[in-house]
Amino acid sequence: MPAARTIAGLAAMLRSGETSSRDLCRETIGRIRARADLNAFITIAEDAALAEAGRADALLSGQGEGDGARNRAGDGALGALTGIPIAHKDIFSTFGVRTTCGSRMLAEYIPAFDATVVANLKAAGAVTIGKTNMDEFAMGSSNENSFFGAVANPWDAATVPGGSSGGSAAAVAARLLPAATGTDTGGSIRQPAAFCGITGLKPSYGRVSRHGMVAFASSLDQAGTLTVTCEDAATMLDAMAGFDPRDSTSVDAPPPRAADSLGQTVAGLTIGLPAEFFGGGLDSAVAASVQAALAELEKAGARLVDVALPSSENSIPCYYIIAPAEASSNLSRFDGVRYGFRAGEFDGLTEMYEKTRAEGFGAEVKRRIMVGAYVLSAGYYDAYYMKALKLRRLIADDFARAFERCDVIAGPTTPTCAFRRGAKMDDPVAMYLNDIYTSSVNLAGLPALSIPAGLVSGGEGELPVGLHLIGPYMAEAKLLGVGHQFQQLTDWHERAPPGVGGE
Amino acid sequence: MAAMSFSPADVGKVARLARLSLSAAEVRAYAGDLSRILAMLDRVDTVDTAHITPLWHPGRQSLRMRADSVSEENRRDEFQQAAPAVERGLYLVPRVLG
Repeated sequence: MPAARTIAGLAAMLRSGETSSRDLCRETIGRIRARADLNAFITIAEDAALAEAGRADALLSGQGEGDGARNRAGDGALGALTGIPIAHKDIFSTFGVRTTCGSRMLAEYIPAFDATVVANLKAAGAVTIGKTNMDEFAMGSSNENSFFGAVANPWDAATVPGGSSGGSAAAVAARLLPAATGTDTGGSIRQPAAFCGITGLKPSYGRVSRHGMVAFASSLDQAGTLTVTCEDAATMLDAMAGFDPRDSTSVDAPPPRAADSLGQTVAGLTIGLPAEFFGGGLDSAVAASVQAALAELEKAGARLVDVALPSSENSIPCYYIIAPAEASSNLSRFDGVRYGFRAGEFDGLTEMYEKTRAEGFGAEVKRRIMVGAYVLSAGYYDAYYMKALKLRRLIADDFARAFERCDVIAGPTTPTCAFRRGAKMDDPVAMYLNDIYTSSVNLAGLPALSIPAGLVSGGEGELPVGLHLIGPYMAEAKLLGVGHQFQQLTDWHERAPPGVGGE
Repeated sequence: MAAMSFSPADVGKVARLARLSLSAAEVRAYAGDLSRILAMLDRVDTVDTAHITPLWHPGRQSLRMRADSVSEENRRDEFQQAAPAVERGLYLVPRVLG
């Protein structure tokens, strides 16, 4: 793999003096501008990036101030991310840099603080190049719900990159930069990672701070990473994760130390295969790729066993009750008073709220707010919301039982490869079915990974397939270890989209 | 359980709850969308959950308490720069009384 495509490779080049962080940033911004056709970025923060890169270069050349407080290595030594260009999904608040969440509502919003994820990566030395496109308020599976326009899949511009972290996935897949952050509420990191042929990690609920991440569904949202390799995902996670007193659901647990687990062998590993993930709706070419990937792991000494997740068949309705309910509550803060958009003309306070929200939110966000308001309303609360919370218990219990018999659970990330733009925009229920294998993981709060596992004929040429690996609570290091070993055995993660050149 | 479809009047009611002003054409379109979504959600009714404890969130801990001490500095002016209308530290909204 060309060294210039991964964090590990770029870090070595920076340390040997082969390149500088400022040069990397200029090249990265050049590539982003040359691929404006992807529409992967909403904002490029060129001045801030070059200033951060300058500080990294001073540290790299030994002329830094040994500023240990700004560096996670703690002793002023270089961090694994020092000088590495990354991007943030535009859901993470960035001090002084516009943070839109893909919405007209926040199109001009400039935060006065950094999200904890942003601050942690900055402290580890990473350089923020800009903010990536996304479905509005992270609601969508195709990145067609952005106020700033749809994102193209680098493998075939007529197909979607997935969503909601579609800009981050397209940017990493097109090798514009080696890593980007994302968020995953029902599959929003893993599904775009699968559609774009890259590695996507959704950590356990509570592993990474949600402070400064615009809230969609607070019991489901979790920040994670989009990278080319599992090795780089481990580097990013180790820098992002950690206890944060500003997030009341942040877990005060030992650090994941994912980078230290990459060498573990898959020999003796037990992989659980739920029949529910290989059923009727699964595309046969996707199924064949996933089976071939599992055979590869079996050849390396892993044992495949059957497990059952019978309640997962209810995960889509359960998720599409709970997530909109929480969203309708969270998004009530957008009232045209404290921040964001306010309608131009109105008569009185109530009309100001109603017009601000009508003009500020897009169609899918309104749809979900109304579904949420409905399932929480008097007369329907027990039948929908309370019922969904009970189904959620059954779904989580299924996973707990399955993990008594296996170390990780595997299946396809998505039932099909990337679909064509516009194909599902008129049918919200068909769009929601994209989350059929991913949303149960969020309902249970577990960590999961999607890694490239094949290419199948589709669209203009070939489209990627994602292998979905689900782990027990807080087992990110184990998942990334399995993924890394798979990436030593196969080269699917090294395949870049057509026209994406070498160094 | 309400195995029903959304009428335009139902949409109007939910839109009022959610503080969303919708045009007549939007109300008609959302009535169709929400009916289809509701039909999918109604599948949950087929499962017996009589003795199941609801799972509100997947965290493994209860919410922490923190010391009742000042932890933030006053940055009101900075934060209010993001507001549509402020005056002397106050958020301005349309007249509510008389």
